Amino acid sequence: MNRKKLQKLTDTLTKNCKHFNKFEVNCLIRLYYNLVGDITERQGTVNGLDRNAFRNILHVTFGMTDDMIMDRVFRGFDKDNDGNVSVSEWVYGLSLFLRGTLEEKMKYCFEVFDLNGDGFISKEEMFHMLKNSLLKQPSEEDPDEGIKDLVEITLKKMDNDHDGKLSFSDYEQAVREETLLLEAFGPCLPDPKSQMEFEAHVFKDPNEFIDYMNN
Amino acid sequence: MGVALGRLVQWTAPGHGTRALEKTPLNEAIMKEIIMFAESFIYKYPQEAKYVFVEPLEWKTDLDPSAFESGYVVSATTVKSEESDENGQPLLFLSVPQIKVRSFGQLSCLLLIAKDTKLKEAQACIEGNRNPIAKILGLDYNTVKEESSILNILDKITKYNDTESEIKMKIAILLKQLDVNLLNHSLKCISLEIPLHPAAVKNDIELLKHFSGKGEQTVLESIKYTSDYEYPNGCRAPPWRQILGEICYVLVKPHDVETLCITCSKEGVFLNGGKTDDEEINYERKGVIYKDLVTCLKEKSAKFSENMSKQKTRFNELQKEKNKPNETPKKEAPSALRKAIPGSDKTMLEKNQINFGKSNMTKRLEPSLNWRTTVDSKEHRTSVHEERHGGRVEKSAPSVSAGKAQLIRKSGEKVEEIVSESSSESEEDEEPPDHRQEANADLPSEYWQIQKLVKYLKGGNQTATVIALCSMKDFNLAQETCQLAIRDVGGLEVLINLLDTDDVKCKIGSLKILKEISHNPQIRRNIVDLGGLPIMVNILDSPHKSLKCLAAETIANVAKFRRARWAVRHHGGITKLVALLDCAQNSAEPAQSSLYDARDVEVARCGALALWSCSKSYANKEAIRKAGGIPLLARLLKTSHENMLIPVVGTLQECASEENYRAAIKAERIIENLVKNLNSENEQLQEHCAMAIYQCAEDEETRDLVRMHGGLKPLATLLNNTDNKERLAAVTGAIWKCSISKENVTKFREYKAIETLVGLLTDQPEEVLVNVVGALGECCQEYENRVIVRKCGGIQPLVNLLVGINQALLVNVTKAVGACAVEPENMMIIDRLDGVRLLWSLLKNPHPDVKASAAWALCPCIQNAKDAGEMVRSFVGGLELVVNLLKSDNKEVLASVCAAITNIAKDQENLAVITDHGVVPLLSKLANTNNDKLRRHLAEAISCCCMWGRNRVAFGENKAVAPLVRYLKSNDANVHRATAQALYQLSEDADNCITMHENGAVKLLLHMVGSPDQDLQEAAAGCISNIRRLALATEKARYT
Repeated sequence: MNRKKLQKLTDTLTKNCKHFNKFEVNCLIRLYYNLVGDITERQGTVNGLDRNAFRNILHVTFGMTDDMIMDRVFRGFDKDNDGNVSVSEWVYGLSLFLRGTLEEKMKYCFEVFDLNGDGFISKEEMFHMLKNSLLKQPSEEDPDEGIKDLVEITLKKMDNDHDGKLSFSDYEQAVREETLLLEAFGPCLPDPKSQMEFEAHVFKDPNEFIDYMNN
Repeated sequence: MGVALGRLVQWTAPGHGTRALEKTPLNEAIMKEIIMFAESFIYKYPQEAKYVFVEPLEWKTDLDPSAFESGYVVSATTVKSEESDENGQPLLFLSVPQIKVRSFGQLSCLLLIAKDTKLKEAQACIEGNRNPIAKILGLDYNTVKEESSILNILDKITKYNDTESEIKMKIAILLKQLDVNLLNHSLKCISLEIPLHPAAVKNDIELLKHFSGKGEQTVLESIKYTSDYEYPNGCRAPPWRQILGEICYVLVKPHDVETLCITCSKEGVFLNGGKTDDEEINYERKGVIYKDLVTCLKEKSAKFSENMSKQKTRFNELQKEKNKPNETPKKEAPSALRKAIPGSDKTMLEKNQINFGKSNMTKRLEPSLNWRTTVDSKEHRTSVHEERHGGRVEKSAPSVSAGKAQLIRKSGEKVEEIVSESSSESEEDEEPPDHRQEANADLPSEYWQIQKLVKYLKGGNQTATVIALCSMKDFNLAQETCQLAIRDVGGLEVLINLLDTDDVKCKIGSLKILKEISHNPQIRRNIVDLGGLPIMVNILDSPHKSLKCLAAETIANVAKFRRARWAVRHHGGITKLVALLDCAQNSAEPAQSSLYDARDVEVARCGALALWSCSKSYANKEAIRKAGGIPLLARLLKTSHENMLIPVVGTLQECASEENYRAAIKAERIIENLVKNLNSENEQLQEHCAMAIYQCAEDEETRDLVRMHGGLKPLATLLNNTDNKERLAAVTGAIWKCSISKENVTKFREYKAIETLVGLLTDQPEEVLVNVVGALGECCQEYENRVIVRKCGGIQPLVNLLVGINQALLVNVTKAVGACAVEPENMMIIDRLDGVRLLWSLLKNPHPDVKASAAWALCPCIQNAKDAGEMVRSFVGGLELVVNLLKSDNKEVLASVCAAITNIAKDQENLAVITDHGVVPLLSKLANTNNDKLRRHLAEAISCCCMWGRNRVAFGENKAVAPLVRYLKSNDANVHRATAQALYQLSEDADNCITMHENGAVKLLLHMVGSPDQDLQEAAAGCISNIRRLALATEKARYT
């Protein structure tokens, strides 16, 4: 990619992205192309980060482990649903990921948790997301019993209109009351520590970050 | 027998082929029991004695074949018994030195033959046959477990139902009985040698301390520990020595020998190598182990044992008393056993005994075990818990140690108390009663819900944990049921563990709960016991501000008792908390992940809040100052957030009890801001500011600063609001201290504060009254104010307060009444109200401050009362009382009483009375003092007392003159005047003149004649003239 094109891309993205300055956008773009280039070499022609590459980044850099949540995060980034994270999706996504306001993050998290995209987090969805959250205890007859109970506890806490499912307004109200509930059904945002490390590396020198990731 | 042999008998260390039995009293006792059993077997159970053992008992004997007589076939090296089994094998076969015995009958015979060497034979037998029961009855009997043996035996009887096995059973039962016997017996032996424990040692040392000191009658010159620090388990030895069972080291100085350095350990008491040059103790044992300290000292010091026998009765009594609470739990165990013995259920009995045996073994390792229980009290707690619900048989034994642990912990705290705490902490320091919810009691539904949540906390990943934490937060955590439920289901441990994880969200959630439940005093203690404070102190270093805030707030709640405050300091918490105060200034630091973050101001507020709690102990105040906390607090004081100011001022107010702080507060210009905040709307803030001013205004400069910054007006204004008593107490306190400066009093008069203060003399709590009266006492030093007080009707309520019992109040009231009495018109009122009599009776108050203050107050009363002499005489026994106060050893009391005597002596009749009560020798005795205040009043008293009879001569006889002359060298002009007057009076007597002249009075007096003080001039000149006249008269006499 030539310098002029990069310059132009940086300018446009900076204009539309409120949380990063020009330098930071530039760093992220360069990081993106480094990452994509890396993959292109291996897999042939791809015009963006595909699901696996993206999940790899989430796992390595942000310490995420839950497959389902990582898939959902990928969908959150991949706005146009083409199976790839384009450079603009990358920058916009990270903008929210790293610097988003509470409102933005609530919206994003809710979308992550609303598995079928119907605007509600249903009991089944909750169960699905929480099913690995408890250690299996050998003494218990029904291992799912605990999860079901946990779902009930969560509903009791968050379902303000008592309709047995969480609407966005239920969720928003609960999170405003207690910020800890933002990622109620699984970590879908970077934890502060890895976020700090990521920023420290990327905004210093993207090339170095590649090394950091590979090691 | 198996159990007894297996568990009780003390074997020597393995490794030298066959293990031998140790020669201990216990083993010997067991052996004797066994011999008695075997010896009498043949008579008691002739049938069973014929039973042939499955395998012979074999051992090496020392018996000579020749010892065997009838019934045996004896050759040079072998002996065969005539008695034989079905197969013709002899039941006893000896082939020197090996012997084989196959029946109890033969065993009995053998022991009879052995006579004196019985014990040796029995020992050899037991050493040679480690499992006698298996040999006697066959292996299947041996494998039978203790619990089920009876059942098994019965079972077998019914199964075989033949005579052979019936006999076998009988023998088995007999052996069982023997076993039980042995255990019982050995129990008695063991109970004789129960090892020393820290509490007992401590008692001994405390008692000896009572009887130590100078003088011939005491048992020791001194006894002290080498270390002041007492570990929570009651030991003072360093941990690595505690493992060896050592409890503490004491330095004992008996009357007749060198200082002894003694180690007290579990095993007993012995001399160690003493202190080496570098203050270390040489732990090496020198000499014998004694069973306790007293025995050891008796052995080492003849004087000790002599005096001890004199003191013995008292000592024993005290010891008994002290030991009582400790002894009772100890007795429990044996008595429980005794109860169990008559019962037919032998298995239960056995279990009991085994347990006792075990607990006794563990007791030997006690120091290290206790060490662990207190450190890791989690374990300890659960065990106690189980016990309560379980109600098992062996309850008694463990509960002894639990009770002990508690005792020890308490004593540990006591030591801390002495070491580091200051006066300002009085609230909430006693251990709250630890009531746990009973298992049977009806538990609220919250209990079960919380239990479930704690389960998820334990077994969930971070997502589940956060959900559980958020849900737990929804319970009413201010309610004790919930607080205790969290603890009782083990939630505290989990919450504290979460603080140690990496997950910020879990930490935040956990702290949010801890912060709430730590309002409960019991929970606070539990948190400290579980080691929560060090972890929270570490969190203060976290980059996340909200985490810091929560941790600091929780610490603020927990650090409400001294052990916690100590822990915070000990783990470096004070420095970190002080660092939090600095947060507000570092706004340059990059914006962190904003999501879970609080504001800088909030961080500083929480830091101040925690420091406020911590600042209640002296050492922490010092630590805060050293960490540079004062300038930071001063800076925060300039902000205008009320919720920030309260903890900041609170901390300052707490710390202002220290001189260092008061100086720093002045230097950092904090007074200005304190005054400013007096004008705040917040009552609590006003209260703390007033309190801080109260503490600081002892200093004159500070008082001026308060006035210059306009602090007196708001103080005067705040007096009008009397609803909030705490604030009123603080405000009146500040007014009291401020009114020590005259300029301030003038201001207060301007603001009409005096009138308001008089109004506060009734219907107020004592804390307020003390300050109000104190302030009036200061104000009434001025004429105008005395008039105001009278006109407002303040004298009556003041006199009424003279009948109180509050010491501080009485000191202030007497002072105020005294100040009022300076005005004759006031005095009339006081007299009418019988105030003088009340003052006089306060001379009998046990507290010297009250006595002194009352005596001072009496002076103006006597001066200004009409018919003062008559009034004084009307108090029956009053004069004698005053004269006897001259025997006090408190300088202030003496000075005040001298002043009172000066006034009393102005009435001739009264002077005659006090002379009869021996005032002259008592005054003379005081003459050798260096205290200028006392000197002045003493000299005045002497000069007044000279006016009666031959008192002048008497003072000379009692050697009061020479010391008085020395007073003239003092630097105090008041002393000079009083002394010169006294000398003038005394110089009327010729002998006194000679004494004065001999002590060089003339030169000193000549100097005084040049003083600008007229009274002094006159008295000095008069005195010189008396001396001179005497000299002239002598000369004249000589020449005529």
